[in-house]
Amino acid sequence: MIEAVLKPGGDAATALYIVAFSLFILGVKRGTHPTTAKQGNLVAAFGMAVAVVTTLLLDGVGNWGLIALGLGIGTAVGVTASVRVKMTEMPQMVALYNGVGGGAVALIAWSEIRHGISLGETIPLDTLIPVLFAAVVGSVSFWGSNIAFAKLQDLIPTRPLAVPGQQAINVVLLIGILVACTDIAINNDDPSQAIFIAVLLAAGLLGNLVVLPIGGADMPVVISLLNAFTGLSAAAAGFALDNVALIVAGTLVGSSGTILTMEMATAMNRSVANVLFAGFGGAPAGGAGGSTEERPHVSIGAQDAAIKLAYADSVVIVPGYGLAVAQAQHAIKEVGDELEKRGVTVNYAIHPVAGRMPGHMNVLLAEADVPYEQLKEMEEINPEMPRTDVAVVVGANDVTNPAAKNDPNSPIAGMPIIEVDQAQQVIVIKRSLSPGFAGIDNDLFYESNTSMLFDDAKKAAADIAAEIQNL
Amino acid sequence: MSLMTEITIFVLAAFVGFEVISKVPTTLHTPLMSQTNAIHGIVMLGGLIVVGYANDPLEYVIGTIAIAFGAINIVGGFMVTDRMLGMFSKKPKPKADADGKGGS
Repeated sequence: MIEAVLKPGGDAATALYIVAFSLFILGVKRGTHPTTAKQGNLVAAFGMAVAVVTTLLLDGVGNWGLIALGLGIGTAVGVTASVRVKMTEMPQMVALYNGVGGGAVALIAWSEIRHGISLGETIPLDTLIPVLFAAVVGSVSFWGSNIAFAKLQDLIPTRPLAVPGQQAINVVLLIGILVACTDIAINNDDPSQAIFIAVLLAAGLLGNLVVLPIGGADMPVVISLLNAFTGLSAAAAGFALDNVALIVAGTLVGSSGTILTMEMATAMNRSVANVLFAGFGGAPAGGAGGSTEERPHVSIGAQDAAIKLAYADSVVIVPGYGLAVAQAQHAIKEVGDELEKRGVTVNYAIHPVAGRMPGHMNVLLAEADVPYEQLKEMEEINPEMPRTDVAVVVGANDVTNPAAKNDPNSPIAGMPIIEVDQAQQVIVIKRSLSPGFAGIDNDLFYESNTSMLFDDAKKAAADIAAEIQNL
Repeated sequence: MSLMTEITIFVLAAFVGFEVISKVPTTLHTPLMSQTNAIHGIVMLGGLIVVGYANDPLEYVIGTIAIAFGAINIVGGFMVTDRMLGMFSKKPKPKADADGKGGS
């Protein structure tokens, strides 16, 4: 048996927790620069090890068999999942890890309230209120994240799923949860566990209902928001358990998640409230991609595209989610390499929300060894566009739609876009003319200087690279 | 710890979080999100504590699942972040990637 040596809340335990959360802060700070980020992650992981070991040494921690079982299962699942996941599946992985975190918070809250009831004494409100908060938010986060995961993994349809009377049901649920929590708090000398379980279930249902109507394109904003929520719920659990490490770490995550959420929403020109309460539902002709009228457009093959590219001076590649789905990052990098061999200047224009999360596209292109210097952010590349000979749009749609600038009535009006329509020529590699996440037609496809190459992004890129070699 | 002390810590930690994190370039947002995601796996500590005073089968189950969930959050989160950030480190020699002969 391991000898418990530290008193909970005692000086030694608190000092070790201070070391742990300092390492978290340092780790996150190092995470702010590409060259130190990897190290920063290790620093934070080390901080976590310190926090876990400290807790294991606390007086009163026991049931070692169960602890070993939980740690064993969790570690095995965590290692297996993270080794197997593909780079393109990162967003749903984050959603899943976020979900289990929220689930853990909700379960801890449940356990804590059972403990309080079994003691038969009045539960002080400064414990009970954080427990209730943790239970509600943890449960919302768990179920909401699972739905987000299922949507990104295509287990359920990514399009917004509306339930009739949606908003009213949510409001009723929320009021019900608040009333039930108040009841528990008032009767804190003998709270009802049944009501508490009802709260957990209602919060879970709320999590489902809030995330289900949200379309796939808005999912990163939702995951980021739920990440912040889980952080806050962990901090609440810290209040209930008087654990300083939980409070600091949970709060840190709460603030980072909030910043990320707002930045993502801003990049899409949407408010967080807008994302949560209104899908792009009102947009016309969502449907399964069958556009009603065929507008004239120019369609070309890989060979034509190769010729246009090979004899250009400067080329800008605009990757989008389609590239990620098709795993085309290596193939497109090959096109870039072939062009550079011929003296063409190649840059990659990264829209803030290209891929599924800010920075996601950078990760994918870095995986394909695209040099860091060639990745240009939107503000940097847009002034260059008029001097660009050919812009190649690979699997991107809404982020290049000139309607965002030109049509004040468009659902995406005002959204920042990569202004490929300003380039001399545009090649769009895409499977079909079907609309993107926003469900609206892209005028870019019908411009006179735009050529459409209808194919899978990976195959098209490989074909173009081969054709350039043959020139 | 008194409630007010805890609230003080909470407020200061929130400001620290805003200060430290708001300086992250967009490029690193996904790794950062994943790293902070791993950090909130610290809730596992709560699981370790509550399982200590669990005393009926249901509580054993709840506590064990909470620990398992927390461990997935921590281990998976940090490992996935490490993989993502590995992509940014300079590789000694860029390998000529697969699907070399694309052709028709």
